[in-house]
Amino acid sequence: MAQEPKIAVAGDRAVLVEFPGGVSPQTNRQVRGMARALEENPFPGLLEVLPSYRSLLVVYDPLAIDLKTLNQKLTERAVAIETTELPPHRTVEIPTVYGGEFGPDLLDVAEYNNLTPAEVVKIHSRQTYLVYCLGFAPGFPFLGGMSPRIAMPRLDNPRRKVPAGSVGIGGHQTGIYPLETPGGWRLIGRTPVHLYLPQEDPPVLLQAGDHLRFVPVSQEEYYRISRAVAAGRYRVKITTFIPGTKMSRRRPSLAASRSP
Amino acid sequence: MGKPVFRVISPGLLTTVQDLGRPGLQRFGVSENGAMDTYSLRCANVLVGNEDGAAGLEITLQGPVLEAAGRTVVAVTGADLSPRLNGKPVPMWEAVMVETGDTLSFGGARAGSRAYLAVAGGFDVPVVLGSRSTDLKVGFGGLEGRPLRKGDLLESCPSPVQVETLVGRSLPPSVRPDITFYPEIRVVLGPQDGYFTKAGIETFLNSTYVVAPEWDRMALRLEGPVVEHREGADIISEGIPVGSVQVPKDGHPIILMAARQTIGGYTKIAVVATVDLGRVAQLRPGDQVRFQPVEVDSAQELLREQEERFRAAVTALAARARGSDSGHAGKAGTLRFRMKVKGRAYDISVEEI
Repeated sequence: MAQEPKIAVAGDRAVLVEFPGGVSPQTNRQVRGMARALEENPFPGLLEVLPSYRSLLVVYDPLAIDLKTLNQKLTERAVAIETTELPPHRTVEIPTVYGGEFGPDLLDVAEYNNLTPAEVVKIHSRQTYLVYCLGFAPGFPFLGGMSPRIAMPRLDNPRRKVPAGSVGIGGHQTGIYPLETPGGWRLIGRTPVHLYLPQEDPPVLLQAGDHLRFVPVSQEEYYRISRAVAAGRYRVKITTFIPGTKMSRRRPSLAASRSP
Repeated sequence: MGKPVFRVISPGLLTTVQDLGRPGLQRFGVSENGAMDTYSLRCANVLVGNEDGAAGLEITLQGPVLEAAGRTVVAVTGADLSPRLNGKPVPMWEAVMVETGDTLSFGGARAGSRAYLAVAGGFDVPVVLGSRSTDLKVGFGGLEGRPLRKGDLLESCPSPVQVETLVGRSLPPSVRPDITFYPEIRVVLGPQDGYFTKAGIETFLNSTYVVAPEWDRMALRLEGPVVEHREGADIISEGIPVGSVQVPKDGHPIILMAARQTIGGYTKIAVVATVDLGRVAQLRPGDQVRFQPVEVDSAQELLREQEERFRAAVTALAARARGSDSGHAGKAGTLRFRMKVKGRAYDISVEEI
């Protein structure tokens, strides 16, 4: 492997395994590889792994394993990342209605970037995004890959309530609010699909490593999908790429059918 | 189906159902939650014969008024919020019988901020994502994701033991956490102590901070001397361990607790030693606090000692239960044990009431 990760102490029951380099799909792939290696091949005393952009928080039971042994085990696993096969990546399609009442800040984002609203939608929806990690709220994806041409700083005064499913832009990032929460991102659209699925295992639609595409839909389509989601009849389009075959298989999601 | 145990006459300031939370789901963005002072909750549980991670009530500063809807045994631990049974003071750190119609209430907050009430069998609410803990931010778990309110009927799971045999079980003072004023909170420096100037770290370790009024299950904000960064307070977002002392741009430390978000992008100067998390949980707005650096090894040793004392006390409670079953320990008094746990000897005394 290229460079060994740095293991930093984070209190008396956690360490941070930090991979060199900034935010990049390559570094993030190492983080996910390490997380998978630990999940597939855990050791006594390992309690939880929490991957983020370029690091992995490893929570352990200090009464079951000492720091020195832990560091050894983690270094061994880091070496094994190269041979850890990540699961075939999935591309998840998120139907999104842009603008209007669903995306009240679309016009501002367009104006700020000297674009038309249609151009903002085109730029936002033609990109394939990488889900670096989940956090902030259950199922909230931190996405990489947004074009800087549609970036815009957050609102000075965050909204008290952002509707669930809102698609927003905050600085150079874009994301989807899984639940109604306060939020400061510029809202450009909304998806009827649920990202937080408390009845499912795992309880979220998206996973770190997924590829994500926003697919523009009309208001009528939004309402149609919304009703189908409520009735448990909607299947999120998830395409799984099987490596080596250069073929893709379309798989209906078992998830995304229940209300949060 | 649970057995009705309490009807909520008044809910108190903020009373929620909590267990040991939802570890393992943080990678999906699900906050850990669970009791703020897990140690006190665990003590309350073992007193009433439960697994230490059963669901109890976390009672904040001003306690509820609860009317017993059934006969059961309870224990109150953690903050001293002057618990009363039918108006009379009731001992803490002890299993107490409650009869149908009795009123359990709380008076003034004498010490600490969060009391824990355990009931034999544990409170029965639906398990959501592997836990009965209330997630107030997202609004799930516990009682429909909210604090207790007037009129709620609380139920308990079946108790594995005859509740009568539990009455009078108590934990010795050596096992009870010490809630002192002006506590020195032990911290392990890092993971981003390198982001602070030498003067900044000295300020952090040598100043007295005051807990700010913005104070909840997510975080305690501290007021006091500004901790100086070397260059900037932003890092690439990463996982946040419980007890992280985060210092944003303004230089005021924030201790992140049970209901913290899963990942964040501010520098963490230190992380509170696990053994002292309960003491942080018991701080109130206006309390003073200082930080004392410890090495990881020492922090883990302190935790090991606390855990061994706890386990020895649990073993003693079990021994007492066996003793009373066979009629040997019937006389009131103090039971003394000498226990060996992992090569260490402990003197345990259990007061019989």
